[in-house]
Amino acid sequence: MSIRPRTPPLLRPKKPVDQSVLKQNRKRIEAIDRRRVLRGTLSLGALALLTGCDVSEEPAVQSALRAVSAWNDGAQAALFRSTHLAPTFSPAQVVKPPRFNAYYDIQDVKPVDGAAWKLQLTGLIKDKRPWTLQQIYQLPEQELIIRHICVEGWDYIGQWSGPNLRAFLTHIGADLTAKYVYFVCNDNFTESIDMASALHPQSILATKYAGAPITDPFGFPLRLRTAVKLGYKNAKWIRTIEVTNTFRPTFWSKQGENWFAGI
Amino acid sequence: MSAPAVKSLKPEIALKRAWGPARLHPLPLRIMHWINAAAIVIMIGSGWRIYNDDVLFGWLQFPDVLVIGKWAQYGLQWHFFGMWIFVLNGIAYLGYGIATGRFRRKLFPIRLREIFATVGDALRFRLTHEDLAVYNAVQKILYLGVILVGILIVITGLCLWKPVQFSELASLFGGFQIIRLIHFLCMSAIVAFIVVHVTLALVVPQSFVAMITGGPNVNGGPALVAEPARVAAPTPVAEPTRPAAPTPDSSPSDSSQ
Repeated sequence: MSIRPRTPPLLRPKKPVDQSVLKQNRKRIEAIDRRRVLRGTLSLGALALLTGCDVSEEPAVQSALRAVSAWNDGAQAALFRSTHLAPTFSPAQVVKPPRFNAYYDIQDVKPVDGAAWKLQLTGLIKDKRPWTLQQIYQLPEQELIIRHICVEGWDYIGQWSGPNLRAFLTHIGADLTAKYVYFVCNDNFTESIDMASALHPQSILATKYAGAPITDPFGFPLRLRTAVKLGYKNAKWIRTIEVTNTFRPTFWSKQGENWFAGI
Repeated sequence: MSAPAVKSLKPEIALKRAWGPARLHPLPLRIMHWINAAAIVIMIGSGWRIYNDDVLFGWLQFPDVLVIGKWAQYGLQWHFFGMWIFVLNGIAYLGYGIATGRFRRKLFPIRLREIFATVGDALRFRLTHEDLAVYNAVQKILYLGVILVGILIVITGLCLWKPVQFSELASLFGGFQIIRLIHFLCMSAIVAFIVVHVTLALVVPQSFVAMITGGPNVNGGPALVAEPARVAAPTPVAEPTRPAAPTPDSSPSDSSQ
């Protein structure tokens, strides 16, 4: 093995730098005093206060930002691993009751009458007969102890059970090659998820929390609970399930929230 | 790094022909610097907006005038737009720094004794540059540190964005709130870096201008005619008081300006 001097990289400067700048500024650097630095920082802060106008709502800016958000939907779909399971937890870690999330406060929740309630089915589904709650309770249940992550930043571990969504969609003869599963809720909230996420093994139609029927604020009688989406995608008080190839803006995506919202 | 001036001149001339005079801050670096500056402003401003929706510390809420996005969804839109710029530009910067050998030259080695000496000077506001092209230990640590923090903030950001898809990576850090906290602390470190960095740039405006124009020439140029005094120093005419020291650049006594 011979020792050979390494060829320097092409872009590496071959000579030392012209040092004249140092000489020109030596006095300045030596004259830095803390008071002036502090005062300068304060003026910088004041300058920053002047820039507090928001351009996000400008139509051109907003449409550009939404175009990026739509592109991010595609990036997230590409990152999605259809058989990769979310971490699960032990019953001891479950938070009771779950944490409330909706576009209004918990006291404004309008309870659903479970006896009169029926689940409506539309779109690319062979058997569109509506389901009563009793019929849904008779389906095999799957339990998920998973982390709920809200787009705001908070999280908690919840224990949900109910029929597996893939099994249910298969049971009713839904077109599993369709693009979207769209939910309409009792409070006129709408939400949709991509079919790949709907078919994920940890997506269920939850009817129970910690072994008991879900209470009113958390989606009684039926809600979506999937381990692969942010909290707001998990539609509560579901009234209608539609399987479709047509993308329609949903409650939160109309407000500018990201539609895919995968985690 | 011991004797860069003794290298043969031929490739250098070729380089000069091809690229023009090399500058202290090469053009690609300046472009990446300013792209990064814009991306960082977007990421921090929108990050503060997102933070405000569910604060980590009860006493800390960022004022509305400092955040980007009037509503949380706008903050999120900006954040998930800025992330692409920050990450792609960051990858280009890391690739450039490694491929050109710039990181190795500028940031290493870092010697412990040097660190203590320069930290002492820095705390007393007595930092002096002996050679513009050579970073002192504090600069090395700050620049290397902020690069590492930049990498960590991207990794924790990925874990917050995709805690399920990247669950293996996320599990290295612990719970979701721990990842949020690390992400937040990385932001704090970057903000602290920016305060120092911008303050120094404003104190010496030429350093700010140099990041736009490129700064002094590195390969030749008029100022370098007198420079190779390292080899032979027969021209101390302008500064008669100074003996022909082996390293004339490092002499702090210079009052003739």
